[in-house]
Amino acid sequence: MITKDQVYNSIKEIVGDDFVSYSPEELYIYSRDPGASVPRMADYVVMPKTTDDVLRIVGLANTHSIPIVPISGGLTLSGLAIPVRGGIVMDMRRMDRILEVNERSRYVIIEPGVSQGKLLSYLDKNYPQLRHSMPDAPPAASVVGNALIYGSGHLSKHGAHSEMINGLEVVLATGKVCKLGSCSVSPDWFGRGPLPDITSLFINWFATTGIVTKLSLKLYPRHSKRDMLMFVLQDPDTIPDIVSKITATDMMEDVLMVASKPPKAGSVISLLTLYITADSEEELVFKQDLFKDMFADYGKEGSKLIYTPKEMLPPKLIRGFMEEPQYVAATADFKKGGGFEYVGVAMPLSMAPKAWKKGVEIARKHGFDPLYTLRNIGYGHSIILAFAYPFNRADEDSIVKSRDALADTNEMALEIGGTPWKSELDGQEKIIEKMDPITYSIMARIKGLLDPNGIMNPGNWGMG
Amino acid sequence: MILEDYGDIIHRCFRCGYYKFTKDYSVVNCPSYNKFRMETYSPGGRMWLIRAMMQGEIKSTQNLAKILHTCTMCGNCVEECRFKFNEDIMDIITAGRIKLVEDGITPPTVRDFFKNIYTNGNPWKEPQRERGGWAKGTEMPLYSKGDEYLYYVGCIGSYDPRVQKMARAFGDVLLEAGVSFGILGQEEHCDGNEVYRMGEDGLFRYLAEKSIELFKGKGIKKIITLSPHAYNIMHNEYPNLGGEFEVLHYTQFLDKLISDKRFLIPEGPDINVTYHDPCFLGRWNKIYDEPRRVLSAIPGVNLLEMDNNRENAICCGGGGGNFYTDLIGSGDNSPSRIRARQAYATGADVLAVACPTCMTMFEDAIKAEDLDDKLILKDISEIIIDAYKLSKE
Amino acid sequence: MPNRQDVYSSLIGMVGEEFVSNRPEELYLYSCDSSANPPRRVDYVVMPKEVEEVQAIVRLANDKKIPIVPMGAGLNLEALTLPVHGGIVMDMKRMDRILEVNEVDRYALIEAGVSQGALISYLADNHPGLQHSVPDAPPSATIAGSALICGYGHLSTNYGTHSEMINGLEVVLASGDVCKVGSSFISPYWFGRGTLPDLTGLFIGWFGTTGIITKLAIRLYPKPKVRDMVIYMMKDPSLLPDAIYKITHTQMAEDVSIIGQERPEWMKGYQIISVYISGSLDAELTLKRQILKSLFKNTHVEDKITFIEGPAPELKDEFLELPFFATKVADWKKGGGFEYAGAIMGLDKVARAWEQGMGIAHRHDMLYSYAIRIVDGGHHVLFTYSYPFNRADKDSMQKALDALSETQALALDIGAIPWKPELAGQKQVIEKMDPTTFNLLTEIKKTLDPNGIMNPGNWEASQDDS
Repeated sequence: MITKDQVYNSIKEIVGDDFVSYSPEELYIYSRDPGASVPRMADYVVMPKTTDDVLRIVGLANTHSIPIVPISGGLTLSGLAIPVRGGIVMDMRRMDRILEVNERSRYVIIEPGVSQGKLLSYLDKNYPQLRHSMPDAPPAASVVGNALIYGSGHLSKHGAHSEMINGLEVVLATGKVCKLGSCSVSPDWFGRGPLPDITSLFINWFATTGIVTKLSLKLYPRHSKRDMLMFVLQDPDTIPDIVSKITATDMMEDVLMVASKPPKAGSVISLLTLYITADSEEELVFKQDLFKDMFADYGKEGSKLIYTPKEMLPPKLIRGFMEEPQYVAATADFKKGGGFEYVGVAMPLSMAPKAWKKGVEIARKHGFDPLYTLRNIGYGHSIILAFAYPFNRADEDSIVKSRDALADTNEMALEIGGTPWKSELDGQEKIIEKMDPITYSIMARIKGLLDPNGIMNPGNWGMG
Repeated sequence: MILEDYGDIIHRCFRCGYYKFTKDYSVVNCPSYNKFRMETYSPGGRMWLIRAMMQGEIKSTQNLAKILHTCTMCGNCVEECRFKFNEDIMDIITAGRIKLVEDGITPPTVRDFFKNIYTNGNPWKEPQRERGGWAKGTEMPLYSKGDEYLYYVGCIGSYDPRVQKMARAFGDVLLEAGVSFGILGQEEHCDGNEVYRMGEDGLFRYLAEKSIELFKGKGIKKIITLSPHAYNIMHNEYPNLGGEFEVLHYTQFLDKLISDKRFLIPEGPDINVTYHDPCFLGRWNKIYDEPRRVLSAIPGVNLLEMDNNRENAICCGGGGGNFYTDLIGSGDNSPSRIRARQAYATGADVLAVACPTCMTMFEDAIKAEDLDDKLILKDISEIIIDAYKLSKE
Repeated sequence: MPNRQDVYSSLIGMVGEEFVSNRPEELYLYSCDSSANPPRRVDYVVMPKEVEEVQAIVRLANDKKIPIVPMGAGLNLEALTLPVHGGIVMDMKRMDRILEVNEVDRYALIEAGVSQGALISYLADNHPGLQHSVPDAPPSATIAGSALICGYGHLSTNYGTHSEMINGLEVVLASGDVCKVGSSFISPYWFGRGTLPDLTGLFIGWFGTTGIITKLAIRLYPKPKVRDMVIYMMKDPSLLPDAIYKITHTQMAEDVSIIGQERPEWMKGYQIISVYISGSLDAELTLKRQILKSLFKNTHVEDKITFIEGPAPELKDEFLELPFFATKVADWKKGGGFEYAGAIMGLDKVARAWEQGMGIAHRHDMLYSYAIRIVDGGHHVLFTYSYPFNRADKDSMQKALDALSETQALALDIGAIPWKPELAGQKQVIEKMDPTTFNLLTEIKKTLDPNGIMNPGNWEASQDDS
């Protein structure tokens, strides 16, 4: 039976003593995230630099059945990077290289420690014609992490970020590295196939099947002009029709709705921001007019979509909405408490009104003002509706309230036929209860194949 | 037709599957494929099997014969095939059947069909002398020299009780319009269209030559046929055997009568009518408008089109001898039942046909679909005669 | 060896006598496809109608260790639906129901045997505001077949590969159990693969070796009210990557395809880029046409790329038809056959693929004939090389197969991936594959199909036939 010190020393031999720790300070930080999860103790923290480092650490962990959990941005807020059964937390942020941008085929190959901000800035400087889809998360969030958990962002008309993954390099629990996607057969990482798809076995699995050490992500054209049209939404029942109409054209870039009761406001305001891009003034004006006309006469009294010209909006608000990424972390201070967590739910567009209304009920039940965002994924193919519950970290009651509201929201999501996004443990349990048992048995078999000793982020998805 | 004649064509079939559909892909339109569903029962399947037979890769078997004989010769594949050799598909399948007949391999009901026509002049072994029986009690004159038209009825019209009514109805119209015509009665022979298409080349020649000789002997120059099958063979193949006649299908003749104003149809009952395009009139000979003009000229008739009409009409399933051999069989995927359902779906009261084969097939199908009292089956002449009867009351 | 009569009787018990065959005619037809590949032995053909029947048949096959191969229309032209080791061919086309079209959420839930034509027509009649991506294949091709082999179609420039349009699947596993993957495994709605551990990929690109798909949910897209096309012509393949990059940068095109042929004579040496544009208003088309027209103006390639407003009026219908009648290539040698190799590559490889492909065609006494589709906004490209052959001429068939093999080798050499490769091509791919990845592939197959009954022979390394 290997001792803690022996583990520490073995890891030290791999990464050097600057990049491994089991002191209380590191363990404290890595046992919690900025969300509402109850902390769970880590035993070691390690920061590899190369795939080879990762391989050797995983090899060690596998030999001695020590759980291992990768973390990059650590901003899921649902505790996915906090170990459930202790063990090693592997902070990937030293692996922060942007390895290659293939301009013609519009993809980038990055390591898991690359942050959203770093990639944004790199492309701005070196490939101004290209951009990646950014989630509305802090710039410190991880590109790889976000993609692997079905993130979404400004270019999600092209799908969720997981759909933008061309390929992966993965370290398997069994101590092997493999490449998945076109890169398994070609030096080019332009797509997942056409090959028997194995990439999907690492998407939404929350690192229970392996640790990603490289990822190829699709990039998209950056146009020279970007603008937004803001509308006030009066009636959530109109959401499916409105999004359907907008996405029936290919003239929009992004549709985002935000409902909140800002501190100084008397009631909830629902805003729809429609982003458009263009390479000429003529194109931009065409698109602006198209959408303004589309909703000029829309809806009955009380169910309209009211265009609000920019001149009527506070400049700060416009700046906030035009920023890339948007400063959603501001929510953390809504309760002057430095914390928030949210349940994001992927659901069909048609369910939006029902979910919206039930969300209001849940918020009020637990004493929150409704606070949510809704983003279109694809062409009206689905949405992510996120319900946020800010809390005051200094007030235990406030944290418990958030947790209760989150739990209720997870249940509601499943009831209406949605699928909770990047669920914390409680949500995962509820999902498993609803799962078709045969499908779950395939999951278990795959997990058994890829991680025979159950070391990969055990405790997630009801396994290990 | 011999298979070797198509040696440079048969292998060109790509088996791409266009032949399965109507033009807008809304429906699978190959009658046998609809019923059997295995690829062997599709036009592409038959083309490939025929080639395999030619190459000796498969043997001539009863099963192969069944596959080839379940093709009703409806021509949907000719219509939908996108390649230049589409015109030859029917002939290739016929040539395949000829080869099987030569090898002595035919399904028992096909063999009986040929035998009965040879011995009795009709598939049911009914006596030849009864062939004119359908006209008993009517004023239909026998053809005599100098009559302008021969009214040729065919086997089904002569012997099938339901179709005999159809034969009489058109005859009544001819009488009403004062047309100079005559029938052959018990002298009439089978026209041979089905025999031709079923691969008994020798028997077909025998029948055709008999008829041609008979017609010439009587000085017949113009023929009106009850059946589109007879129209097809007499118009397209008899000339190759020395039989040059002016041939019209009865709907063409009605159309002419009406447009020449030789015949006025009185006001009939108000009825919603849907019309089924017979394959040998429609796809084979491109006669789509005349029957519709005739129906539209009947006061009271409101013509409703089925979704799949004209070149997209699904075959009744009776062609290729299937009205007798019954190789396609019944079941709710049989073509006649599919078509009966399509007719009923238009909301029409009446399904109008212009072909004896269609009539026998739909008579059974309507019963099988429990539509007896909901969808009335009539041929076009019967609708006209109904109007006459009403006006006389 | 399982007793044939037993198996045959059992199958009859499951689907009825009419829908099972071990007769020579069916076995012959199902043993060959329209490609140049030689036929392979089939022992039974069966046509189930319901999922329960599929389950029963698979259980029998698993029990008796009989290989089983699912088949749609069998138009992949790579013998993927011809069994490698005999066994049962399961023709899925009686499972042809369109179960649901969810108009708001833009997806269709269909059975595995639904044809492209049936969905085109159903949507045109019932949901005219929606369309699906239609491959350049005959209308008899199945939706499921195209999606599961990572197919491409008229919306792929805009929306990606057909496999990316799959929202979920119902699968019968080798054990005979049935399960759902995608959002449908916890939701009544099939709106996406969802935020759940993704299992859908386990059945995509695997050629039926991991399970038999019985239902599929496919994304639908808004159908534009107006659609037209513009054309660019150039005579220098090295300009293609940059030109396509610029065209795709505008994000104004619905479908971008390139053709290159040696006949008719005037086409020789040209690259002809057709760009389909669509929208809800004529004014949109005008805007798009204008943007595309002035795209290369005042650039260093202005004189080298000619813009044409559209095809000649008499050709327009042919070009705007869906599906596009690409099948006509089958009769170019008056021979009823063609093979084509598809290679998926990065945009930057297109010029090389073009130039080297010409050599292969000529070496095998053929004219080169390319069709290229830009996929997913230019993220990659489907480059197809067509080799028509005369089915009546064994020599011509062999030449097509040889050319195909060389093309696949070229593809791998330049870093492309052969699309839906036949057995020989699969082995070429496997040879180049990261061995750990291939090992994982094999292990996954074994996990899901312990008795090796699911279309065995595919995605396997070379071994002695025994």
